[in-house]
Amino acid sequence: MTRHYSALSLLKEGLTGQKGWQPAWDDRPLKPRYDVVIIGGGGQGLATAYYLAKTHGITNVAVIEKGWIGGGNTGRNTTVVRSNYFFPESVRLYDLSLKLYEKLSIELNYNIMLSQRGMVSLAHTPAEMEMSARIVNAMQINGTDAELMDAEAVRKRLPIHHGGPDARYPALGGIWQGRAGTARHDAVAWGYARAASRLGVDIIQQCEVEDFIIEGGRCRGLRTSRGEVRAERIGMAVAGHTSVLAAKAGFRLPVTSYALQACVSEPVKPILDTVVLSPGTGTYASQSDKGEIVIGGALDRVPSYGQRGNLPVLETVIGGLLEMFPAFRQLKLMRQWAGIVDVVPDSSPLLGESPLPGLFLNGGWGTGGFKAIPAGGTLLAHLLATGQHHDISRPFDLDRFTTGRLIDEAAGSGIAH
Amino acid sequence: MTAYRLPQGGEIDRTQPLRFTYDGRQVQGYAGDSYASALLASGETVLGRSFKYRRPRGIFGAGVEEPNIHADIRLKGHVYPNQRVTTEVAQDGAELRACGAAPGARSDRTRFVDLFSRFIPSGFYYKTFMRPNWHLFEPSIRAMAGLGRVDSTQPDALQGEQRNHHCDAVVVGAGPVGIAAALMLAEAGQSVVLCDDGTRAGGSLLSRAAVIDGMEGAAWLAQALDRLAEAGVTLLTRTTAFGVYDHGLIALNQRREGQADLLWRIRPQRIVLAAGAIERPLPFDRNDLPGILSAQAGLTYLRRYALVPGKRLVIAANNDTGEEILRVLRSAGAEATLIDTRKGTTIRSARGRQQVQGVTLSSGESIACDALLVSGGFTPTIHLHAQSGGKLDWDAAKLAFVPRPGTSAVISVGGAAGHFTLAEAFAALPAALGVGHAPQAEPQTYRVAEAWPRPGMKGRVWIDYQHDVTVKDVELAKRENFVSVEHLKRYTTLGMATDQGKTSNLQGLALMGALTGRTIPEVGTTTYRPPFTPVPLASFAGARSGSRMNPVRRLALEPQHRTAGATLGEYGGWLRPVHYGADDSAIQSEAKRARQTVGVYDASPLGKIEVMGRDAAEFVDFVYYNTMSTLKPGRCRYGFMLSEGGIVHDDGVLVRLDGGRFIVSCSSSHVASVHAMLEEWRQDRYPDRQIWIHDATAETATVTVSGPKALAVLKGAGIEAGDLAHMATGWTAIDGHELRVTRVSFTGDRSYELSIRQDLAPILWDRVIAAAKDEGGGAMGIEALMILRAEKGFIVIGKDTDGMTRPMDLGSDAPLRRKKADFLGRRSLTLPEAQRDDRNQLVGLIPADGQGLLPVGAHGIETRAGVKHSIGYVTSSYPGAGVDQPVALGLIERGAQRHGEEITLHHLGETRRARLVSPCFLDPNGERLDA
Amino acid sequence: MQIFSCPFCGPRPETEFHFGGEAGNDRPGGGASVSAADWAAYLHLRDNPKGTAREIWMHTTCLEVFVMERDTLTMRAQPGHALGSHG
Repeated sequence: MTRHYSALSLLKEGLTGQKGWQPAWDDRPLKPRYDVVIIGGGGQGLATAYYLAKTHGITNVAVIEKGWIGGGNTGRNTTVVRSNYFFPESVRLYDLSLKLYEKLSIELNYNIMLSQRGMVSLAHTPAEMEMSARIVNAMQINGTDAELMDAEAVRKRLPIHHGGPDARYPALGGIWQGRAGTARHDAVAWGYARAASRLGVDIIQQCEVEDFIIEGGRCRGLRTSRGEVRAERIGMAVAGHTSVLAAKAGFRLPVTSYALQACVSEPVKPILDTVVLSPGTGTYASQSDKGEIVIGGALDRVPSYGQRGNLPVLETVIGGLLEMFPAFRQLKLMRQWAGIVDVVPDSSPLLGESPLPGLFLNGGWGTGGFKAIPAGGTLLAHLLATGQHHDISRPFDLDRFTTGRLIDEAAGSGIAH
Repeated sequence: MTAYRLPQGGEIDRTQPLRFTYDGRQVQGYAGDSYASALLASGETVLGRSFKYRRPRGIFGAGVEEPNIHADIRLKGHVYPNQRVTTEVAQDGAELRACGAAPGARSDRTRFVDLFSRFIPSGFYYKTFMRPNWHLFEPSIRAMAGLGRVDSTQPDALQGEQRNHHCDAVVVGAGPVGIAAALMLAEAGQSVVLCDDGTRAGGSLLSRAAVIDGMEGAAWLAQALDRLAEAGVTLLTRTTAFGVYDHGLIALNQRREGQADLLWRIRPQRIVLAAGAIERPLPFDRNDLPGILSAQAGLTYLRRYALVPGKRLVIAANNDTGEEILRVLRSAGAEATLIDTRKGTTIRSARGRQQVQGVTLSSGESIACDALLVSGGFTPTIHLHAQSGGKLDWDAAKLAFVPRPGTSAVISVGGAAGHFTLAEAFAALPAALGVGHAPQAEPQTYRVAEAWPRPGMKGRVWIDYQHDVTVKDVELAKRENFVSVEHLKRYTTLGMATDQGKTSNLQGLALMGALTGRTIPEVGTTTYRPPFTPVPLASFAGARSGSRMNPVRRLALEPQHRTAGATLGEYGGWLRPVHYGADDSAIQSEAKRARQTVGVYDASPLGKIEVMGRDAAEFVDFVYYNTMSTLKPGRCRYGFMLSEGGIVHDDGVLVRLDGGRFIVSCSSSHVASVHAMLEEWRQDRYPDRQIWIHDATAETATVTVSGPKALAVLKGAGIEAGDLAHMATGWTAIDGHELRVTRVSFTGDRSYELSIRQDLAPILWDRVIAAAKDEGGGAMGIEALMILRAEKGFIVIGKDTDGMTRPMDLGSDAPLRRKKADFLGRRSLTLPEAQRDDRNQLVGLIPADGQGLLPVGAHGIETRAGVKHSIGYVTSSYPGAGVDQPVALGLIERGAQRHGEEITLHHLGETRRARLVSPCFLDPNGERLDA
Repeated sequence: MQIFSCPFCGPRPETEFHFGGEAGNDRPGGGASVSAADWAAYLHLRDNPKGTAREIWMHTTCLEVFVMERDTLTMRAQPGHALGSHG
């Protein structure tokens, strides 16, 4: 049997009909008791399980997933990774994530295709140029890479961009983060699942949480569609449905669920080399390795749990794309979809123990959970292993809504992430 | 493949030949041809390359199901990448290039890749290219991937159009069943839109024999089309219904010759899905060779394009359509053999390298052929049903997922409902539609036997042609536990190509079922998502481009500003004079002139929201941070409006005209949000009180006169302002027109805001400008105003404040201590965060390093425990006009208590030194207000 | 494109409407004496139901603020009714 992934093992397996590969992760039955149970088999949950086993040596762990792993927002996002944030708290979180991403393929022995082709956040007005300088300086002070681009630099990076002085949204410049880019979203989920499974973590698909077992005011376990399971600590990483489970656990959260749409064009030969975001048009885009233009934009206007697209936002987003890149009028849209995201008042994640002791939260990522998977997993694993915050997760505790100490990126930088 | 044309028949016009090129080779066809039919008739076989293995590929289908052949089409100066050759009408003079092959499909440079196919199964890229780094391999993989090419030198592709429409029913698919349904509905008095993605109505009647109501299919079709026209049915051909969205919206994309596509958004009372069914291929070794066609496609080429696909044909089918095709081919004079797989003999493999040359049967027999027509049964086109939330049932007799009636707003009929014979489809129509009488068709039979790909099949058996997914790939996915249907799709990329798996999905999940011991319905399908076929991005964008995108608001005085040579710029959504003249050195001179004599600016976008009624005073007390109810009639007061979170949302002057009438002046970019906020609180908190709110911003123009000579200008303009005090308001007139004069100042100089009905603004402007010139002053743009206000430490919300700024951070804490009444955001101001002593506060900054202007966006920094920290940032910075030094404002940690201190600024890697000072740089005692 | 029904204007496209929050999230009285927890609950905590929801919406063209019942999964929406009258 072939366990390790490499060019050599592919070669060897190629000679024997690819018949020696092992399951990427094992299907095992749900045991009645674990040290830790994690609800949600998306990237965040699977990464949490992996780091629990890898960093903390806790391997008696189950990840339970109501559908199939990676099937929520992990498999529905536009695969952008970046750490171009304003506040030091945010930069520490997202830069930790980016650093972990940078070595993840080798660590997991699974090619997640991290493609650091850089990201341009355009500035269309003098005021946006000033704000871009404010953000670039904040990023530099906080220790992550950032450059302020002028119009010429934008033109070089994006030769097909329609951003001259006559454009509705001329490009006066922008923010450049060279380490930003994309990663293959499914691979992140599968890579963590495979590595966690090898370390002994049970991954249980088609297992829905029906209720929490609460004894003595503490969360002791779960009733699931596959039976009861008990654990001293339970983690929850179910973005989009965080409120639904919170209601079962008896508390409310500062979360509203919205659909976030995305779409891809038919694949074409390389034409867009970086990730690009235009605040004026409200659209961002990148080109996948397969050649599809991957397009995203703002949230839908209507709170929703319906994982499907709708025309008004799609039309606005595509209008924005074609204003930026008129040559893309030649393209056709191939697929559109939507994910349900947790929208939190300050657009920063919720990390920490929930109001129900023994239950720990990882959620509230809004539109940006994918890029945070390695960090979110690291931090929830730390919480579950120690019962305490990691320094990086402490500012993101739920208590910030009572003290008023929000970490509102839009407030500091004018850019909603 | 040696296809040939018949001397007569078909829809082509032999009197109108046309020529186009494919990969540079000349191809001849006739008017009425598709590119595909013309290519086949010209003997072209290898027309494309598969995505991964670069296998030679030929045309398989005849419509939207085509998985293999796409071309970039250049025609009349426009470029259309990734066009399916089967759905495009051939045009004289077009240049086609096979997608994803270089230099051409026949001679593709990367065709060697197929030799290594055993080493690059599904998902191979997850297992390698990790060391040293994916970036080393990525560029060459990117270069190989992708289909067509966007031509960035041709950016002026057609702009899409959109149309909204309403009708009783949309019928999707103008085949016999769709036409019958449309007729039944229309003849019952309903307004009907009937659409079809083909070039003409008729569907299967265009290629298959039928007898309907005693008429031959063609005759029935002709009279039915006449009746459709009489009944007023809107028939849209080349129009694809691609998506059903919430609340019953159906979206159609219409192709139009020589024009951009048209997107229809229709909200009918009901949607009838008569989109038919798509034929599946058969699984056998090398079933992807050029020359292997869908049997229905073969029939289409024969009947519609008078094209026999080969000299020696083999038909292989697992259902009754095989015999029909055999009959038709033979009657056209072709040499054809039928393999009916239901009788036990199946195809084991196809022979040939660049094209099919024969087949080997399971019996061991070999048959030579140059074209192979395959039918593996039919898959109902239920996408719109499933998109709208409809459930599916497995029909074990028909080997198809069929819509479960009543589970969606879409009514499925005909092939889409699994009714594969006309008789069956027509019989079900009256009940499905609830109206009218359906036509009658002669009974036919449709029996089908399983012919799914099976585990362990020998050789290379393709399931997804475009993405090169074979039986072995599905087996590998099973081995590695990618058994959920969504994992199967994502891991193998089955069904993710531009055809979205129309011919392949079901075989993939049937095989996965067999591998995992599950039935097909247990495996389930992936989610159906729009669009049904790819839709031009331009159709979605419609007219949104250029000035039609987030249109800017225009000033009533824009013509006057333009005449005066103003450079215009967008501020808060309004197009406003930046400065007068093309040269931005005018900014400084306009500001200086205003300090010395007088400056006049257009302040019309400033919000003017009237709050009226007996209870208005109580209301404004609640919505403002400051106490406003004590304001005397005829007086004004500056104040803040907060969010409930205690953040400063807006600032401005509240004017009290009389006891029950206030005017809220808000920032020009906040008018809509402030107006909505006022209305929300009025309706929520004061529903039964006498308060009316009216936004008068658009109907009123405001011209502001500021400077030591301001009063003289008013006199010169014939405006009697009397001895109006600072922060007072009153009514006067110009040429008999009512004019409101408000004495407030955003510059620190004596200022008068003159507000007038906006259509009268030119009179006011011309008069005031003339008088200002007499006093040595003139017009000034926004940027000069910005200098004047910054020198006085007057803030612009959103520039000098951020989303964390509380009023105390701006030096206003008295209302929090003294105000009796409750107000918006009050409780948030007493939270620990709002009361922190290290908050960023408004402060002035001046350069302390002898260098010039401080850069906006620079951060103050301090090093604590060896780590650099931001302590706030510069928000505004200008050369002085009334003072002889550059001035800057900033939000700096504890700034208000640190006047006189020097700090270090970080800007783009450089450092500067700045001194913190009072934000008011000029005339701290306000003497200029009355100068 | 969804269609919502303003009690003042009738059925109109969703793009004309602005979501105003969950109905019944009343502003705590008591000014400065409101506990931080109660104030945080008012400002931030939401039921965010999957399924039937009662919500406040504003029709941004006429500025009518109204209550609407809606299903957040199926997107089915009942006609809105004015604040105060039934709310």
